[in-house]
Amino acid sequence: MSILVDKDTRLVVQGITGSEGSFHSRQMIEYGTNIVAGVTPGKGGQRFDDRVPVYNTMQEAVEKEKANTSIIFVPPAFASDAIMEAADAGIELVVCISEGLPTMDMIKVHHYIASRKTRLIGPNCPGIISPGKAKVGIMPGFIHREGHVGIVSRSGTLTYEAVHQVTQADMGQSTCIGIGGDPVIGTNFIDALALFEKDPETKAVIMIGEIGGTAEEEAAGFIKDNMTKPVISFIAGRTAPPGRRMGHAGAIIAGGKGTAADKMNVLKNAGVHVCESPADIGDMVAKAI
Amino acid sequence: MKIHEYQAKGILKKFNVAVPEGHVAFSSEEARVIAEDLGGTVVVKAQIHAGGRGKGGGVKVVKNSKEADEVAGRMLGMNLVTHQTGPEGKVVKKVLVEQGLDIERELYVGIVLDREVSRLVMMASTEGGVEIEKVAAETPEKILKEWIDPATGLQAFQARKLAFGLGLKGDQLKNAIKFFISLYKAYVSIDASLAEINPLVVTRDGNVFALDAKINIDDNAMYRHADIVSLRDFDEEEPLEVEASKYNLNYIKLDGDVGCMVNGAGLAMATMDLIKLAGGEPANFLDVGGSASAETVENGFRIILGDPNVKAVLINIFGGIVRCDRVASGVVEAARKIGVDIPMIVRLEGTNAEEAGVILQESGLEFLIARSFKDAAEKVVQALN
Repeated sequence: MSILVDKDTRLVVQGITGSEGSFHSRQMIEYGTNIVAGVTPGKGGQRFDDRVPVYNTMQEAVEKEKANTSIIFVPPAFASDAIMEAADAGIELVVCISEGLPTMDMIKVHHYIASRKTRLIGPNCPGIISPGKAKVGIMPGFIHREGHVGIVSRSGTLTYEAVHQVTQADMGQSTCIGIGGDPVIGTNFIDALALFEKDPETKAVIMIGEIGGTAEEEAAGFIKDNMTKPVISFIAGRTAPPGRRMGHAGAIIAGGKGTAADKMNVLKNAGVHVCESPADIGDMVAKAI
Repeated sequence: MKIHEYQAKGILKKFNVAVPEGHVAFSSEEARVIAEDLGGTVVVKAQIHAGGRGKGGGVKVVKNSKEADEVAGRMLGMNLVTHQTGPEGKVVKKVLVEQGLDIERELYVGIVLDREVSRLVMMASTEGGVEIEKVAAETPEKILKEWIDPATGLQAFQARKLAFGLGLKGDQLKNAIKFFISLYKAYVSIDASLAEINPLVVTRDGNVFALDAKINIDDNAMYRHADIVSLRDFDEEEPLEVEASKYNLNYIKLDGDVGCMVNGAGLAMATMDLIKLAGGEPANFLDVGGSASAETVENGFRIILGDPNVKAVLINIFGGIVRCDRVASGVVEAARKIGVDIPMIVRLEGTNAEEAGVILQESGLEFLIARSFKDAAEKVVQALN
């Protein structure tokens, strides 16, 4: 098992004919992901790389190809619309890779999907991968290995670093989710932790947080009350100055809140194995299991 | 993006949020003319991107235009130090000259995103003029909150609840309600990421004004606000950061001596943390993005080396889609071109990492090649000693 994406994933790529969309579609197909359709408004009727049918609307992609998952590569100005179109078409899982969505747009999206059955991952994220089963994202597939460690992270390349360390330590991953670095996101730490807790294949979970907001603190409360599996955590940004946005829109210490030290303390008190150094993630997981 | 108080008030005025009469002045002569037009008591306020200006001597009440001239003359060009500027302070290049008000009470109102529920929240408090974080920590019961449904926006009943909660009556109540609703409209229309009116003042004649105004704008929404883009004040930004932004590099200058160049924001922060753990101090945050091309690396080098404190550079790239051998070639090319004369610690991991190592070794340049995150940190310390 794994969570959210696997061999049953029927993926539609929103923005498949764009440069990012087409590059990563080929990468995902090569990994073995089942891409059943693409959507680019105005380009319906074409075939991507002579094989994947392209539609004008998400509704058509769902009706004709029974797509159940979508990944979004459209420019940020159009991405919130793409998420809502996917939700309206009944897609169960929407993964938004696009970076730079205005917060005001995401507040509306959050509200829109709350009353629907759609789960959103992202935006501004690397996506999700269940090694050996399906890759719905832009992460390098080859660093992953099938296994029992679940990973959930607000970061992209730092997630790859964690994956690499786990693989180097002779372990593998059940599923890795990048939830994104924005202040308003779909799936959060608690959602992912709950899914990993229920997944029989996952034996331990790595949670990679960073400065800004209180998502890690909220997760700590959940871990204390609900998680039986070991949770290993690293929080990036101990050296980040207050009031500055560290690359990610959501990575900012505001009004003295959201510091790495606070988050690490709360997580430690909740029984989480907190790594002082980002180089220790792999070793810490091996010890915890 | 941060904007000045006078710019924030200009925007608020357009949305019918009550602000005192006033104008920005770039010279004492301009300040005198504005004060003369306003007549009577005026306030001269230094315009820098930092709070705590009053305590640092950046806000003065004066009785007439002659005094306004004198005070503005002293303020312009002065180095204003507040708890938010850091010890180096900021040079004052413009002042806001505003009408004096007959203030009865100082209150607070602000709008922020509540990340926990992904909604905007309007906060109001009777404790105006002090930092809201302090109020939140010491007397949280004195902060009134109304969460806003994005489908409907701030409703009149919510504005009423806040206004009654602040103990307002009569004209003050009526004006505060109008103020709150207009403030929300402004916030949404300009894609703000923060709006703080502190203090919000009520006057004896029943009016409500934004005595101070701090507004930040969502950088991601700039593409739909050409008029706001023009409000950016480069004087308020670190020159190296302005330079980096021209190359689309995400750079933040810090006080340490180890420069770092990393792909990805999370990994960049983790690299800074690792430098610190190893006993060094990071000189900067620099995310070169996903591609890390030769050109990007070259620009990155230029920015990092523009900081004279930098004594070593750590390059940490996790190659995924981007191949490490390409990055290595870029690093070699850029280092040759620029002539980097301080230790360079390079850690390239991921796609074609082996080939990358060979390229670096055979370049003839003195790289310290690290093969793990841990190794990179140790080599940094080694280089510094």
